[in-house]
Amino acid sequence: MLNRTQAPDFKQVSTINFIQPEKTFLDNDIAVFTTYSGEQDLVRIEFIFNNVNWNPDKPLQAIAVSAMLNNGTKKFSSKEIAENIDFYGAFFQTEYGQDQSTVTLYSLNKHLASVLPIVKDVLSDSQFPQKELDIYIQNQKQKLQVNLQKNDILSRKEFSHALFGDTAYGVDIQLKHYDAVKRDDLLDYFKAAYQPDNCTIIVAGKFNEESFSLLNAQFGKNWEKSEAVKNNFSFEPSKRTEVYKEKSESLQSAIRIGQLAVNRKHEDFAGLQILNCVLGGYFGSRLMNNIREDKGYTYGIGSGIVSLKNAGYFFIATEVGTDVCSAALTEIYKEINLLKNELVEEEELELVRNYMLGSMLGSLENVFSHADKFKNIYFAGLDYSYYENYINKVKTISAEEIRNLANKYLKTETFTEVIVGRK
Amino acid sequence: MANYHKSGNLIMKQFRNSTIHLSLLPMVDFNRFTLSNGLRVLVHEDATTPMAVLNILYDVGARDEDPEKTGFAHLFEHLMFGGSVNIPSYDEPLQRVGGENNAFTSNDITNYYITLPAENLETAFWLESDRMLSLAFSEKSLETQINVVSEEFKQRYLNQPYGDVWLKLRPLAYKTHSYRWATIGKELSHIEDAKMSDVKAFFHKHYNPKNAILVVGGNVKTEDVKKLAEKWFEPIPSGEKYLRNLPQEENQTEARVETVRANVPLNAIYVAFKMPGRLSNDYYAYDLLSDILSGGKSSRLHNSLLKEQQLFSDINAYISSSLDPGLFIVEGKLVEGVSIERAEAAIWAELEKIKTELVAADELTKVKNKVESVLVFSEMNLLDKAMNLAYYELLGDADILNKEAAQYLKVEAEDIKRISKETFEKNSSSTLYYLTDEHA
Repeated sequence: MLNRTQAPDFKQVSTINFIQPEKTFLDNDIAVFTTYSGEQDLVRIEFIFNNVNWNPDKPLQAIAVSAMLNNGTKKFSSKEIAENIDFYGAFFQTEYGQDQSTVTLYSLNKHLASVLPIVKDVLSDSQFPQKELDIYIQNQKQKLQVNLQKNDILSRKEFSHALFGDTAYGVDIQLKHYDAVKRDDLLDYFKAAYQPDNCTIIVAGKFNEESFSLLNAQFGKNWEKSEAVKNNFSFEPSKRTEVYKEKSESLQSAIRIGQLAVNRKHEDFAGLQILNCVLGGYFGSRLMNNIREDKGYTYGIGSGIVSLKNAGYFFIATEVGTDVCSAALTEIYKEINLLKNELVEEEELELVRNYMLGSMLGSLENVFSHADKFKNIYFAGLDYSYYENYINKVKTISAEEIRNLANKYLKTETFTEVIVGRK
Repeated sequence: MANYHKSGNLIMKQFRNSTIHLSLLPMVDFNRFTLSNGLRVLVHEDATTPMAVLNILYDVGARDEDPEKTGFAHLFEHLMFGGSVNIPSYDEPLQRVGGENNAFTSNDITNYYITLPAENLETAFWLESDRMLSLAFSEKSLETQINVVSEEFKQRYLNQPYGDVWLKLRPLAYKTHSYRWATIGKELSHIEDAKMSDVKAFFHKHYNPKNAILVVGGNVKTEDVKKLAEKWFEPIPSGEKYLRNLPQEENQTEARVETVRANVPLNAIYVAFKMPGRLSNDYYAYDLLSDILSGGKSSRLHNSLLKEQQLFSDINAYISSSLDPGLFIVEGKLVEGVSIERAEAAIWAELEKIKTELVAADELTKVKNKVESVLVFSEMNLLDKAMNLAYYELLGDADILNKEAAQYLKVEAEDIKRISKETFEKNSSSTLYYLTDEHA
C-alpha cells in the first residue's frame, strides 16, 4: 500500500560541473572567451566594455550612449540597422550595467556572416544623430515621469542614493539630467569606451574556427583604440539614514532597507549569501514565511546581496498594505534580530544547503548560463576556485558562523531605511 | 532576491514562442501515454541537463469562473500551496531536495511546474500527486492567501500608473464571454468573500486526472517516468471531465469608446479588435501581422508613429492568444502636447495602409525569419519545452508544436491583407482613452 505521508528518498547534489571557456585573442589583442556547445545552430556574442571617465555632472553619458548605439552610423540610418538585423532574425541588444556596458548579438549560425558587419559598423562608427537624440530624450523623460509614480522605483532611487551618493551606483536621475544631454558628450564617451583596449568578447554557442575568422575579420582590425580611465569609487561606511516619502493616495507602501556589505572578492561573501538565503533569499525564507505566508501583509518580500566592482550591499525590499506598514517593519527587524541572537536549527540549515546546491545546479541550464557564470568571476577578478569555495561553504557552514555573519553585517543601527507611501 | 510566485497572470505572448520549424531544426521529441484514470502523460528526454521538470497543466482558467466570484481560479492556485491531504507543507520538502516551483493562472489555463535535480524526481511526483488527490483545505491558508492576493491586486493593478487598464478594457471589449474579467478578478470584494465551500467545490470540479496534462522533461527515461506515474498518479480517482459550455460573444457591430481620467503623467490610448481563437487557421497570420506592425525597431508603428511623426513615446501591437476568440490590441502613450484625436487618426492610417496595400515580400520574410530564430532559441530552455508540450496537448496534440513552422511559412501577403480587412473595422473596435487628470 502506497504511503503518501512518507517522503521519497533523495540525494544532496554532489557534483556540479562548470564548463570553462577557451581564451583566444583577436589580431588587435581583444580577449575572446568561448564556451562551445553544438546543440543548437546558434550563437550569442557579447561585447563588454568597462564604464569609464565618470563625470557626476553628466550622469547620463554612458546610459545614453548604450541606449542610442544602434541609432545610426555614417553608413546606415537607425531604421536600416534595425531592418538589417531583423531581416536575418538576429537580436541586437544594448545593456547598461553599473560597472560594464554590454552589446549582445544573438544569431543563427547561418546568418552570422551577414550580421557581424552591421554590429562592427555600430560599434566603431555610431553617430548619435541629433534628431534621434531629441526623440530619445523626449521619450525617456516621458518614461521617467511614469516611473516616478511607482513607489517601488522611488524607493530604489532613494536607497541607492543614500548608499552611493552621486556616483554611477547612486546618482538620482531626474528630468533635468535628460535636458542636459549633448550630442558631443555622447560622441566623446563613445570614443573613449567603445574601443578595442576596453573590450572583452564573451561567446557562447556553436562557434567554430570559421566563426572565429568572421569575428576576427570584423573586430580584429580597423577599429581605433583610445584611452580612458575606468570608473573607480570608494564609499564611507553606512550610517543610520531614514527616508520617508509620503504619498497620500497610496494603497501600498514600498519598503527598502539595507546597508553596504562586501562584494564577491571578500572571503565572507559566500557565507553572506547563505545568511541572505535564510533571511529572504528564497520562497521558504523567514521573511516570506512570516510576512507573506503567515501574516498576509504582502504579495512578496525578499532580500539580496549585490556584488559590484567597487562595493557590495545588502537589501530587503517589499510592498505592503499601508495599514500594515509599521507592523511589517517590526516583523522585518524581529527576523533580523533572531538571526543575530539565535542559532539556525540544523533542519533549516540542511534545507537551505540542499536548496542552494539544487539552485546552483539548475542555474547551469545551457551554454549561455555557463558563460554567465564565467562573467561573474572574470569581471570580479576571480577564477573558478570561487565556485569551489562557494559550494564547499554551502555544504559546511555552521550555525555559529551564520550568527556571527549576521552580527557583523546586519547592523540595524547603521541601516538605511526607505519608505515610500504611507506609514 | 526571491521571485514571488504562486502568482499572477500569464503575460500576454508568453505562449507565442511556438513558431517556425524548418526541416533542419531539431524537434521537441516526446513519448506519450495515458493512465487508466485518464491522466495524459508526456515525456521529453533531454540528457544534456542534470535537471528534471515536472509540469502539470489543469484545464481551468478565469474564463470558467462564476461572474459573481471572479478571480477564483487564481486565488485557488495560491491555495494549492497551502498543504495537501497527506503532506502539510508543499514547498519545504521540495526545497529540501534542491527543487523550486512556480505556477501561473491565465484566462484559459492554470499551470504548475517544478524544477529539481533529476535524481530527486520522485519527490516531485509525491508532492504533485498528493495535491491532485486532495488538499488540506486549511482555513488559515485561505485567510492568509485572501490577504496575499488582495495585496497582489493592489501591487499590480491598483497602485501602479495605468495598472487597471485591463480591468477597464476587458469589460469594454467583451459583453457576454467570461473573458470580460481579468484573472485577478473584477474587484477586491470577490476575493475577500471567498469561502471554503467554494474552494472545495472548485477543487472537485476541476482538479482531477481527466482535466490535467502531465509533462516530465529533462534527464529522465520514459520507462522510469511511467513507473512513477503509475505509482503516484494512477491510484487517484479519475473524477468527472469538466465540460465547458461558455456563452460566446456576439458579433460586435458598433464602435465602443470609454474614457478614463486618472492621476497619470501621460495620455494613453488602447484599441482592441476581435480576432479568432488560438485554434483558427488564421492564428499564424495574426501573429505575423502583430510582428509586422510592432515587432521591434524595424516595425511599422515604431518607425512611423514614434520615430517619424513623433506622436507616441511608446507604441505596441500584440495579440492575446486566447483559446476562445481573442483580442488584437494596439496601445500607445502619447507625446506631451499631441492631441488624442491626432494620435488615434495616425494609428488608423497605419491600419488602413495594411488593409489596402500588400506587405512587401522582404517585410514578410523578415518576420518569418524572426519567428524561426525565436523557436531555435526557445529550445535551449527545458521548462519552456515542457510547458509548450502541455499547452499544445491541450490544444489537441502536442505534436502541433512541431508542425507550427510550416503554418507560419504558409502565410502569404494576401492573408495579411485579408485578415487586416476583416479585423481593423471601427465598428468592431473598443477604444479606451486613458487620460491624465491635468489634461481634463
